Amino acid sequence: MNIQLASSASAHDLRAVPPELVQGQARPQVRIVIVGHVDHGKSTLVGRLLHETGSLPDGKLEMLKAVSARRGMPFEWSFLLDALQTERDQGITIDTTQIRFRTNAREVVLIDAPGHAEFLRNMITGASQADAAVLIIDAAEGVRDQTRRHGYLLHLLGIRQVAVVINKMDRVGFSHARYREISDEICAHLDGLGVSPTAVIPISARDGDGVAARTPQIGWYVGPTVVEALDQLAPARQMDELPLRLPVQAVYKFDDRRIVAGRVESGALKVGDEIVIMPAGKIARVKTVEGWPVTPVSAPQGAGRSVGITLDRELFLERGDVIAHSSALVRDTRRLKARIFWLHDTPVTAGATMLVRLGTMESRATVVAIENAVDPGELSSVGTRSIGRNHVGEIDLSLAQPIAADTYSDNPRTGRLVIEVNGRIAGGGLVLSVDAGARGVPVDIVPVESALRPDERSARFRHKGAVIWLTGLPASGKSTLARALERRLFSRGGSPIMLDGDTLRAGLNGDLGFSAEDRSENIRRLAEVASHLARNGHVAIVAAVSPGFADRAQARRIADELFHEVHVATSAEVCEARDPKGHYRKARAGQIHGFTGTDGGYQPPTNAELVLDTGTKSVAEATDEIERMLAQRGVLFEELADLAANI
Amino acid sequence: MDHLDQLEAQSIYILREAFARLKKLALLWSLGKDSNVMIWLARKAFFGRVPFPAMHVDTGKKFPEMYAFRDQYVKEWGLDVRIEPCPPIDAVDPTLPPAARSAARKTEGLKLALAKHGFDGLIAGIRRDEEATRAKERVFSPRGTEGGWDVRDQPPEFWDQFNASPPPGAHLRVHPILHWTEADIWAYTQRENIPIIPLYLSKNGKRYRSLGDADITFPVASAASTIAEILHELEQTKVPERAGRALDHETEDAFERLRVSGYL
Repeated sequence: MNIQLASSASAHDLRAVPPELVQGQARPQVRIVIVGHVDHGKSTLVGRLLHETGSLPDGKLEMLKAVSARRGMPFEWSFLLDALQTERDQGITIDTTQIRFRTNAREVVLIDAPGHAEFLRNMITGASQADAAVLIIDAAEGVRDQTRRHGYLLHLLGIRQVAVVINKMDRVGFSHARYREISDEICAHLDGLGVSPTAVIPISARDGDGVAARTPQIGWYVGPTVVEALDQLAPARQMDELPLRLPVQAVYKFDDRRIVAGRVESGALKVGDEIVIMPAGKIARVKTVEGWPVTPVSAPQGAGRSVGITLDRELFLERGDVIAHSSALVRDTRRLKARIFWLHDTPVTAGATMLVRLGTMESRATVVAIENAVDPGELSSVGTRSIGRNHVGEIDLSLAQPIAADTYSDNPRTGRLVIEVNGRIAGGGLVLSVDAGARGVPVDIVPVESALRPDERSARFRHKGAVIWLTGLPASGKSTLARALERRLFSRGGSPIMLDGDTLRAGLNGDLGFSAEDRSENIRRLAEVASHLARNGHVAIVAAVSPGFADRAQARRIADELFHEVHVATSAEVCEARDPKGHYRKARAGQIHGFTGTDGGYQPPTNAELVLDTGTKSVAEATDEIERMLAQRGVLFEELADLAANI
Repeated sequence: MDHLDQLEAQSIYILREAFARLKKLALLWSLGKDSNVMIWLARKAFFGRVPFPAMHVDTGKKFPEMYAFRDQYVKEWGLDVRIEPCPPIDAVDPTLPPAARSAARKTEGLKLALAKHGFDGLIAGIRRDEEATRAKERVFSPRGTEGGWDVRDQPPEFWDQFNASPPPGAHLRVHPILHWTEADIWAYTQRENIPIIPLYLSKNGKRYRSLGDADITFPVASAASTIAEILHELEQTKVPERAGRALDHETEDAFERLRVSGYL
């Protein structure tokens, strides 16, 4: 709205100004939303509130009165809000508007939200930004379906401060009995949701009774007026007292700094803090807090700050991870239960797959089960097997990847999620419970750093640490090449270590079979071991079929900039003709199943650093090529001078 | 955290979300006070650099002071600037009133620039308190393939979760300072010492509150010759910010019609 808000000179200025509000000092800001059934008078109340608090721009009221006269219709307070042409034509509010005004004790940001069921997504968009709500009920019509639905949604949006306003009291002759009847009904409904109203106020928004003044018509009422009720609202809940939660938005490498960026959702963080990166459970210390134009920043960073930090060690972390302190960890899980509201035309059913966003994390998810689905507008709640549009329910979700999450009761910021369908937000809700993952809670894990610096080793080995990841069909020549490369690097004084997929399956990975999940885990362990070696200055040569694109992408993420992928792209015919282990023959005979060489399950890399065909090249030629690639990428070097200068 | 800290942190969060989730971003730089604050916020978000182009859709009719400002700060701020021209007035919907028609050139220029660069996200410095239709905006606001805005079919947006998947051929507008007010912009400009175009400050009893094309933008009566005085003036005034922008006042729905067809 182009309502410039304005002086505090107003009708209710005669009341005492609270002592903490010295002239010129900022009032606490509260964001409030007015909700309720369509036509119960939300926009009228907003218009009246603006008038009563002296917040209207000069001439606005007169202009709208003139427009009304020109159109031959009586002036309504709601016209102030129905600023869009289309709305005036239709006579209903279709979206949220934000209006600011001041009461004696509060800076109020007022969000008007549409009551029409058609526009529930707009009501939610508006109400989700509020610290408190005013639920409006028409005294003549009483509690209606949308009144109940909005009450329920306030609860699901986490809004616990609710003032109820019973409007149009003039239509029921300012009847105390009617007031009590409605008050009892709505209080019972809200109590059932765990919400107790701060006040139930009888008003006539059109005439002004109960809005800023207690008029004789409602002489039987002893509670606060609407303006007084607004003065008593508590500002947004402080998240500083809760444990640290810093969801990672991105990792920036604009220069030689590797800055982890995100917003502190709760708690606080400072330089030197030991932090745990969830869901992986990796531990590091905060080396610096980066800023601009001044950097580094020494002050602790509290809840609400958008920050950038560097860590004391090179760890793989990515958008979606959550940084916490080891004393109060966020949980890692692939299963969670949530109470959601649903806005999409297609109902949610068990078995549906969708995209879940929680903080900065996103994951594919499958609905395992649905419970307690209800239409919150109806009085009787009949449970069904699906959650329809504008309904609510509890869903049990299975996530495609582990995520870090809290329950809503533990942390409102990291305990709520939204659901996307076809790239559009389709619902949202609160996390009720989290099934902690099988992974042990790594409270006692403190990695010990090597006594040697990486450059000490590289000076001796004349190479940097690296992971050479050889992927390709069975019998494509990976192990042969790995062995040749190992010999070559060792001969020049290096420290190569071969990790053969089959060899590791005999020990470290002896517990794993060949299911898709086990194969992924096999690759993950290979990547973790290899990147540990590489970070300590060795060249880890991994020879593994690693057929899946996603698994190799994960390996690349783990080893990060140390990763060098070599696609051994020997043709399938050549591989099958070689068949040194007899696997192709057995697979063709039906003796082994799910063999990558014959089932077409190999997904060739699209971004390998090097592609080699051992069908057309000798082992020595192929090894030469890898060596050349490593030299070009700065892994191998001849000159010691530069490095020696740094030691 | 004070009020300005909160606004800043929220805007930085939005800018980083846009950078993380969209492939080809540009920031619309109108040279005015709002978009200068936005560039400042982007430099805070990304530690000194703006990692996407700043696009100035140039009507060719801005004040000379605005062009001087642009040329100076492109260099000082290290911006990757794209200056895009607008088509001649004849190419614009002749049923619009004169000032709106003039402003609509910018929409056409914007559409041409979008087609030329293939941006999937445009960061724009509009604010809810400026104008009634802007109050209806989302932070991430999908636009149709023609750049149009369907105010009736906006997806829900809550808990800082944004709809960042525009359909093929369409783009998203991202509004990092949607929640700021005019007074917030000035208070922050003062606190951070952000450079401004001198036209905003009073000269001979008049100053510009909002800057657009030189032929359809008019100064307001004001004695405010410092930012502190502007802030004091805003405390008192009940005149809307865009009162000096002719295109807002020609007919009741001129601005809305412009926005539905893709105006900022």
